[in-house]
Amino acid sequence: MTMDRRSFFKAAGAAVAAGSAACPAAARGNKELSPDAVGLLFDSTLCVGCKACVAACKEANGMPVEVSTADALWDTPLDISGKTLNVIKVYKNGTPEVKDREENGYAFSKKSCLHCVDPSCVSACPVKAMKKDEKTGVVSYNKDACIGCRYCVAACPFGVPRFTYDSATPVISKCQLCQHRWPEGKYAACAEVCPTGATLFGKVSDIKAEIARRKALKPGTPTQFPRGRLGGPDQSYEAPVAKYVDHVYGEKEVGGTQMMMLAGVSFEKLGYPALPQTSFASQSETLQHTLYGGLVLPVAFLGALTWVAKRNVKPEDGEQGDSHGA
Amino acid sequence: MAHDASHAAPRPLGGPLVTPVTVVLAALALGALGVLVVRFTQGLGAVTNLNDGYPWGIWIAYDVVVGSAFACGGYAMALLAYIFNRGEYHPLVRPALLASLFGYTLAGVSVIFDLGRWWNFWHIFWPSFAQVNSVMFEVALCIAAYIVVMWIEFAPAFMDKIGLGDLKRKLSKVLFVFIALGVLLPTMHQSSLGSLLVVFGYQVHPLWQAGWLLPLQYLMTAITLGFAVVIFEATLSAVGFKRPLETPVLARVCGIMHKLLLAYLVVRVADLLLRGALGTAFAATAQAFWFWVEMACFVVPALLLGPAASRMQPARLFLGAVLLMAGGMLLRINGFLVGYMTGEGWHYFPSLPELLVTVGLIAFEILAYIVIVRRFPVLPAEQPGAR
Repeated sequence: MTMDRRSFFKAAGAAVAAGSAACPAAARGNKELSPDAVGLLFDSTLCVGCKACVAACKEANGMPVEVSTADALWDTPLDISGKTLNVIKVYKNGTPEVKDREENGYAFSKKSCLHCVDPSCVSACPVKAMKKDEKTGVVSYNKDACIGCRYCVAACPFGVPRFTYDSATPVISKCQLCQHRWPEGKYAACAEVCPTGATLFGKVSDIKAEIARRKALKPGTPTQFPRGRLGGPDQSYEAPVAKYVDHVYGEKEVGGTQMMMLAGVSFEKLGYPALPQTSFASQSETLQHTLYGGLVLPVAFLGALTWVAKRNVKPEDGEQGDSHGA
Repeated sequence: MAHDASHAAPRPLGGPLVTPVTVVLAALALGALGVLVVRFTQGLGAVTNLNDGYPWGIWIAYDVVVGSAFACGGYAMALLAYIFNRGEYHPLVRPALLASLFGYTLAGVSVIFDLGRWWNFWHIFWPSFAQVNSVMFEVALCIAAYIVVMWIEFAPAFMDKIGLGDLKRKLSKVLFVFIALGVLLPTMHQSSLGSLLVVFGYQVHPLWQAGWLLPLQYLMTAITLGFAVVIFEATLSAVGFKRPLETPVLARVCGIMHKLLLAYLVVRVADLLLRGALGTAFAATAQAFWFWVEMACFVVPALLLGPAASRMQPARLFLGAVLLMAGGMLLRINGFLVGYMTGEGWHYFPSLPELLVTVGLIAFEILAYIVIVRRFPVLPAEQPGAR
């Protein structure tokens, strides 16, 4: 008995050693941004809260209205949901007199998918229903693959993917940067209609350059603000640049996102959590691949188990009860 | 058959199938069925309190995560009897395996209730959809495979009855392969059920976000729970079927369980200290409260079952097992629900129909167990003075 146990540990130990040698720490680190990635720039200081982007998003994506007022006259979503992919929210404090001020002030924020460089939803999805385009970096959803497990909903650090619980044939809903409109030469509807250029569509490299340009300017300096699409037809207008907090949201959070944000108040006030720079997807996948990479450890362990079980299991173990002719 | 004479061969218990207990169990199971009709025709929102802040409720946290851990009796006993070659535990293997078979099969089936797009569930097993980075993918595959393996392991118990004696003899020659798989697969998915939480990151309270130690903690408690469930079920079925208590062998199981429990407590507390998370346990929060309840459910049995003599007292043994089951359940419920926090404004407490489905599933499980042990050779025949 002791012999068997000892030999089991020996075999198991050898198996684990072999396995560990075969897959040296599979730590994968954050994924890298594609040079052709596209995204959004949201500048909270330019947003006037008109919510034209919310209406345009609904229309472009064929989403139903969502009422939150007693008269039920208007589409008034309070948050993103199975019916709403994009909302503008407001931060208010005290007597909200001055825009983009934390005390006795107010500020707008946009809530929609940030299109993470290393998305948790894509890592979580068991059936490739959530995918990140290798070139554009758009995180898209395929309902025909989806099993509706909602691991993506639970995993997203921003609470973005939503689910239509009230349907017998539910789907996940999330912003896909209007990629269905690209073939017509159009782009994200929210950026297309934004009257102040608070939401801009463009290549992430252009977005980063635009952010750097604005941050380099002295607050109050008049400058040109583009509208619509960076690198598209010139629709710019002149306005003074605001005072930004020293934080570009989406630059580093969970390995970076393709929607980046500038604001005059801290992002925590705007409802955006403080997040580490390491993506949660990389943590999960590093653990998973360390244990299961190439199935080396499981196969080695199975080998050890089979060897021990073969010695210990007598054929009669499967035939208990025979003798009594049950 | 010249079997090890030290333990009795299993045989059907016989007895009535329609009793007040089985009728109540059947009624509860039917109630769940009624709720499920509404769920499948009207959607999850019609019967559950699920929302985008709590996309997973008790159908996942209890039915699958806790349910499969409660079904680890077969795994724990197989590990003991076949891998560590402790022959004296053989009589406990088959009843434990039966309970596991039902626990896992129902946990597997209940996933379908929760899947929004359930008609696509087969995508999990279809190579072109496989997303190997997903913890969920690995969990689903391993659980499904384990259910099949358990049915094969258990098949000898009913093969004779359905005229498959030949196949049974062939199977018994390769049974060790399935027994090995039956140890490997739960090792993989029970640990991975913990790994599911890693990608949730900061959304899981520090008391339960143990990162790379999650798989170890979930695995250790799954095996501990397996032993606890064996003690729990053996005691209940002895009382329920008016059979003698198997205290001496259960006390030995308890001794092993106790060692594992102490090891788990070391891992759990060391992790909290190293991550500097223990401080949050002293905050005035619901999370801190439930953390202490969970810890008490592990620490009390650790003290209660410490002295070898106390393991010979059936009542203590049973109480210790029940507390450990509660502790293992709380570790999981806390990690997946109580400690899962997606920000202000999100709340979840299961709806009555959600609870009815969970209760109905448990009722069905017990009902099926009763029917099977009365009609098939599972429990060891009574042998006065044996062993």
